[in-house]
Amino acid sequence: MDNAPMTFSATGSVRIEHEIGLHARPSVKLTQLAKTFGSKIEFATSPEGPWLDAKSIVKVMGSKTPKGSILHFRAEGPDAAAAVEALVALVERDFEPQADA
Amino acid sequence: MTSHKAKISSGNVGIVIVSHSPDVARGAADMVRQMVGDAIPLAWCGGAPGGGLGTNVEAILSAIERAWSEAGVAILVDLGGAETNSEMAVELLPEERRERVVICDAPVVEGAVMAGTEASAGSTLEQVRSTAEELRAR
Repeated sequence: MDNAPMTFSATGSVRIEHEIGLHARPSVKLTQLAKTFGSKIEFATSPEGPWLDAKSIVKVMGSKTPKGSILHFRAEGPDAAAAVEALVALVERDFEPQADA
Repeated sequence: MTSHKAKISSGNVGIVIVSHSPDVARGAADMVRQMVGDAIPLAWCGGAPGGGLGTNVEAILSAIERAWSEAGVAILVDLGGAETNSEMAVELLPEERRERVVICDAPVVEGAVMAGTEASAGSTLEQVRSTAEELRAR
């Protein structure tokens, strides 16, 4: 993480209800979704950080975030708000594909 | 074994899994398909031509062909001969393809899932390789 001041225009948080937490399959889905946005997107399990790159499968899976954790997102860029909204929605629907997809 | 090539027209980097054991290679490929999805070309090979454990250059060449993508192919290998035979297979490729194939220094199963995830997002061959190898650096 760099220490340069950076503002994040969009933030959001959501509780992980998935039985095994942010393990292999949910991690892949979260990373794949994050990568569809142009914005810089970070996640953390505490509002104080550490903040990690949500587009890095190694970082996401490596976080080993358990069930019941609050996952925080922050994003900066042209589609920051849409990115945070989509990621929160993914966790809320327990990493299942979108119903209308 | 079926080729996935026909139904995939994406420009994403392809993944090849090479193990001494056909069961390991097939199982790792299943994990990539189920976790990452259908957005990447994927092929596997493993086992000696006469049965039993082993790897061979021709089977690796065929797997590279099945997983071929203009964006390149990342190969995940398990032990010893899987790597040297993969290197030999790469050397036997037409020159214009040789530069677009890399052998990742990463654990075969975990590396395949990481590389596949990166590839499914349309990342470059170099990004795919470095994501797979980042596992080792952790």
